[in-house]
Amino acid sequence: MASLLGRFCRKLVVPGSAHGSRMTSTTACGSETVKSLNLYSAINQALHIALETDPRSYVFGEDVGFGGVFRCTTGLAERFGKNRVFNTPLCEQGIVGFGIGLAAMGNRAVVEIQFADYIYPAFDQIVNEAAKFRYRSGNQFNCGGLTIRAPYGAVGHGGHYHSQSPEAFFCHVPGIKVVIPRSPREAKGLLLSSIRDPNPVVFFEPKWLYRQAVEEVPEHDYMIPLSQAEVIREGSDITLVGWGAQLTVMEQACLDAEKEGISCELIDLKTLLPWDKETVEASVKKTGRLLISHEAPITGGFGAEISATILERCFLKLEAPVSRVCGLDTPFPLVFEPFYMPTKNKASSSSSLSSPSKNTHFLIHGFSRLL
Amino acid sequence: MTCQVRQGTTCTCRPSNPLPTNIVKDTTSFLHMAMWFARSRNLVSSLRQNLGLSAILIKRNHSSPRPVFTNYELSSKVFLDPSTSFRHESTAVESQPDLVQQSDHEDDAQELDFPGGKVGYTSEMKFIPESSSRRIPCYRVLNEHGKIISDSDFIPVSEKLAVRMYEQMATLQVMDHIFYEAQRQGRISFYLTSVGEEAINIASAAALSPEDVVLPQYREPGVLLWRGFTLEEFANQCFGNKADYGKGRQMPIHYGSNQHNYFTVSSPIATQLPQAAGVGYALKMEKKNACAVTFIGDGGTSEGDFHAGLNFAAVMEAPVVFICRNNGWAISTHISEQFRSDGIVVKGQAYGIRSIRVDGNDALAVYSAVRSAREMAVTEQRPVLIEAMTYRVGHHSTSDDSTKYREADEIQYWKMSRNPVNRFKKWVQDNGWWSEEDESKLRSSTRKQLLQAIQAAEKWEKQPLTELFNDVYDVKTKNLEEQEVGLKALVEKQPQDYPTGFHI
Repeated sequence: MASLLGRFCRKLVVPGSAHGSRMTSTTACGSETVKSLNLYSAINQALHIALETDPRSYVFGEDVGFGGVFRCTTGLAERFGKNRVFNTPLCEQGIVGFGIGLAAMGNRAVVEIQFADYIYPAFDQIVNEAAKFRYRSGNQFNCGGLTIRAPYGAVGHGGHYHSQSPEAFFCHVPGIKVVIPRSPREAKGLLLSSIRDPNPVVFFEPKWLYRQAVEEVPEHDYMIPLSQAEVIREGSDITLVGWGAQLTVMEQACLDAEKEGISCELIDLKTLLPWDKETVEASVKKTGRLLISHEAPITGGFGAEISATILERCFLKLEAPVSRVCGLDTPFPLVFEPFYMPTKNKASSSSSLSSPSKNTHFLIHGFSRLL
Repeated sequence: MTCQVRQGTTCTCRPSNPLPTNIVKDTTSFLHMAMWFARSRNLVSSLRQNLGLSAILIKRNHSSPRPVFTNYELSSKVFLDPSTSFRHESTAVESQPDLVQQSDHEDDAQELDFPGGKVGYTSEMKFIPESSSRRIPCYRVLNEHGKIISDSDFIPVSEKLAVRMYEQMATLQVMDHIFYEAQRQGRISFYLTSVGEEAINIASAAALSPEDVVLPQYREPGVLLWRGFTLEEFANQCFGNKADYGKGRQMPIHYGSNQHNYFTVSSPIATQLPQAAGVGYALKMEKKNACAVTFIGDGGTSEGDFHAGLNFAAVMEAPVVFICRNNGWAISTHISEQFRSDGIVVKGQAYGIRSIRVDGNDALAVYSAVRSAREMAVTEQRPVLIEAMTYRVGHHSTSDDSTKYREADEIQYWKMSRNPVNRFKKWVQDNGWWSEEDESKLRSSTRKQLLQAIQAAEKWEKQPLTELFNDVYDVKTKNLEEQEVGLKALVEKQPQDYPTGFHI
């Protein structure tokens, strides 16, 4: 145990794993074996299970055959054959279009886009075709078997084209689902749910966590439900909502805030579309404050949707304006990355500071220092 | 028998299968085969074991090496010369690792080894011309007078089949005319016709099997008609009534029918092409005796999805028949503004895809070409490209007036003198299979049926309002349930602001 903890200390502490988080859906039976895995290994395990349990499933994309540039598809081609696991030409619109065709014929197509930054050529196929395939046909056809996986987010040195968080574009498209896991254990369960969900899913994997995050991951076949947010840390003073790698940052902020006596409730949204409004609403009605954080640029980011919805539902319970701590409105910069990122030390937006209430003064003052 | 070896897999072709004669004669195919062979090392090693294959394909020529291309013409000399692009026999090249079997062929030193395989080299700097001196000829069987051109290759069509084909072509004409008029009368919101392209629509459909999965663009309702979609079903979709399988969600002519293996039409151009590659691959994996068939116009070939679709189908060795209706116009854009190539047929080879140009207004030629292409696609598990030359006689759609960008004379010429329906009719009549009496009976009964279908569809109940919210996902999500409740309350409160007839 100590050696495991020692190993953890060199990696990021995975949010929700160190504390007794409410794992409402994963079964951690004593008899089930778990293994310490990083994110890409957990994804790999999910893919192995997906292909094993459905002979009509396929995994493909650029460089998928040898294991993928992030090792997520290691061993799949050797085990399941090149008819089911294969490289494609370098063409995202072709990858997704081909996947739609396979899925429309009742297969599961788990396609990989090498970096979320390169998903845009496939945007037409995703928005105009995959998202509308069932609806426009009157449910005669569907491509629910399609899952699009893409590494997203900051990696420390990625610059404009290896760091993007494009989730907001896809959250605006009725007909698809958008899922973002925060950790290895979550990723395996959410990916299996996404693959098996009868709707096309865009699954963004925080590339920063591929190697950095290590967690005990059950070895069996398990699924984590979509569209269910999780309170990974309970608190009473402020609600924080995030997804993916940002939760690691936010959990650090929560720990720091705790030292100042601020009790933070941290929620992992997991599924951004359709998102679990009820869990966030219940939390904010309890705490009276909301802070949303994401790496993507603040303007038009998904935080705006959460903010607007919560304002509609919880206005009278709010003690301060909803705060968003996000990336700047710039292309993702290289040398300026540390300045761009919504780090735990960044001040929360001025709306939190403008609340005049006396008995919340200490809370706001303290918290703004910490975030 | 053409070898379909993919990287890393073993060649399992049986060289004893003879090539179909039309392929052997076609020198274009040699280049296709040549380029396939040149690419795969595994193929090379397995072909070593199947030397019989080489005897069929290669005419050994020990003369001195010649440049790869003297001109763009695909002359047989170029292909059969072993110093040119394909060699499947190994060569011993100095100071290179011995990747393939040694050979004592005297032209050994004339080649270079690159990742894509061996290529001959030349010291003469010569550019491949941007176009061939001669355009790829167009395959045709019937002349303009409906007579079979002597010595034509074609697949015979029985009386029963021919009559059905003609009837369906005429039905399509009547359907187009009446629906177009219905739009003009304001009874449906939109329509687009296939006038001038009836032979492509019907003859291609007739050449397919019902299990072949069709992914249309939008000017191929004749394929659906052939497969048994009724005039009432067409009308229901155009009116978006309760009987519309599409549940009133899309504009008219966006037909779809899973029962008829006809994917629902979507307006974006060419998106169906890479999907067809996926469909074809699915059929291949299921070992079905079926292929994907997908249609595109001349304009659509400029889209990126055309490139994606053909490339994927070729690399994945998917059984797909790509049929391009080159009708000369993409709305108001003439093909001279669409591409600089010799049409679309020449693009097939760029992807390693066997291609043919056919007279799209010749029903027998279209039938033969599609039938052959389909057989190749299924038996050889490969894509095939057909460019069907035709003319869009009608306007692009009811939102278009094509006299604004082309001469009325031109339209008239194609409508009358180059009419595919009349041409086929002549042939069918000359065979004694069709009379003028049959003609008037068919046209008047079809017209009557259509008018009735329209009247019925118009009066039919509308879709219930809940269908606005269904099928976005497999199961209605919470946000949609909430929005539905909200909308229903609003409609009940202020019904005067909303169209009537949508049952809540």
